[in-house]
Amino acid sequence: MTDPWVIETAALTKRYGDLEAVRQLDLRVASGHITGFLGRNGAGKSTTIKMLLGMSRPTSGSGRLLGLAIDDARESREARRHVAYVAEDKQTYAYMTVAQMIAFTRSFYDDWRPEVEARLLKQYDLPLRRRVKALSKGMRTKLALLLALARRPKLLILDEPSEGLDPVSIEELLQSLVGAAADGTTVFFSSHQIAEVERVADHVCVIDRGRLVVDASLDEIRREFRRLEFAFAAQPVESDWRGEDVSSIQANGRHLTVLVKRNADAIVERAYAAGATSVESTAVSLREVFLDAVSPQA
Amino acid sequence: MRFRLNPTSTQPLYLQLTQQIRHAVEIGELQPGDVLPGIRTLAEQLVVSPNTVVKAYADLESDGVLEMRHGAGAFVAGRRRTKDRSDRVRQAQERVRALVERLGDDGFSEDEIQRLVEAELFYRVPDRKR
Repeated sequence: MTDPWVIETAALTKRYGDLEAVRQLDLRVASGHITGFLGRNGAGKSTTIKMLLGMSRPTSGSGRLLGLAIDDARESREARRHVAYVAEDKQTYAYMTVAQMIAFTRSFYDDWRPEVEARLLKQYDLPLRRRVKALSKGMRTKLALLLALARRPKLLILDEPSEGLDPVSIEELLQSLVGAAADGTTVFFSSHQIAEVERVADHVCVIDRGRLVVDASLDEIRREFRRLEFAFAAQPVESDWRGEDVSSIQANGRHLTVLVKRNADAIVERAYAAGATSVESTAVSLREVFLDAVSPQA
Repeated sequence: MRFRLNPTSTQPLYLQLTQQIRHAVEIGELQPGDVLPGIRTLAEQLVVSPNTVVKAYADLESDGVLEMRHGAGAFVAGRRRTKDRSDRVRQAQERVRALVERLGDDGFSEDEIQRLVEAELFYRVPDRKR
């Protein structure tokens, strides 16, 4: 597939009665990367993923998964043959044993890799004869990962995979994601854990109240995003500072705090030209970018 | 060879890795001809995106520090460094370590120390560049 985007949506919207769960979402996820999909609980992450996978119908707008239309039954089915999905609840078939679940899933896919199945079984230490419903949350996640990775999916989508896992299991999970990416699988995972996205993701998309509010590479955030604090002799006009490169502005008397996405140097020069008496520039973490971008109420 | 990346640092992860490998070569911990871990191995070990490792290796290759051999991975390039040079780099490292420790004792945070050093390099080196 030569398409650079494995996921591409245009004005994708989902309405439940009065509630707009996803609003005019333009989301693009690049092939060959690990992308973190961050947002608060209820921000629209799961709804977006369900629409992408044909499990929920968009109210309006459109989307493509591996270049195929998500609201066309035949194209969606074709796309999903190359996509593995680890759901949030990971319920699968509770009455089956781990061994039955693996055998059952294996029968659906001709790209199943027995050697990966064997390696992950050993690595995850899964109890083959235990029923799925008796597994701990960590074990269930590992089983879901095994079922996803034993195939060779082009795209792996995970919905809050680390939710409810202990730190050791999270480490193993992240390692598996990194390993899948090294095998050439594009990874898209939702999370509200900033720290884990900061560690393994190449790119981050932040969704808030159904809208995309941040879309940047982690390198870009580390290198270009800056918090600039200016002091002026006279009270500055806040609106003078709005612009493409500026993501937020806070004015407090003669002081102005600006969070910039790029071109910090140019904005500093402008501040000096406008009579700034002091200028301070500090780098910002993903946590600050996130808190700045999302609204305080869910 | 153990590398440590700090995801909350303001420096891109691949740059941190690039610097640590370069440093290991400078102090002679990595010698010409030594093989580096494969991309998957190192990514899993550090729990970072494989692209981080790819970028670091690519940068070091274009700087002539590493050599990529098809199917065999990444090797440290060049001739062996003289012991003299490695010793001097190591001594310099001792001095920097002592300074960082002293600043830490004086109550400066790692971030503050890093900014001080970066500011010094950024603003003063251009006048003296060889």
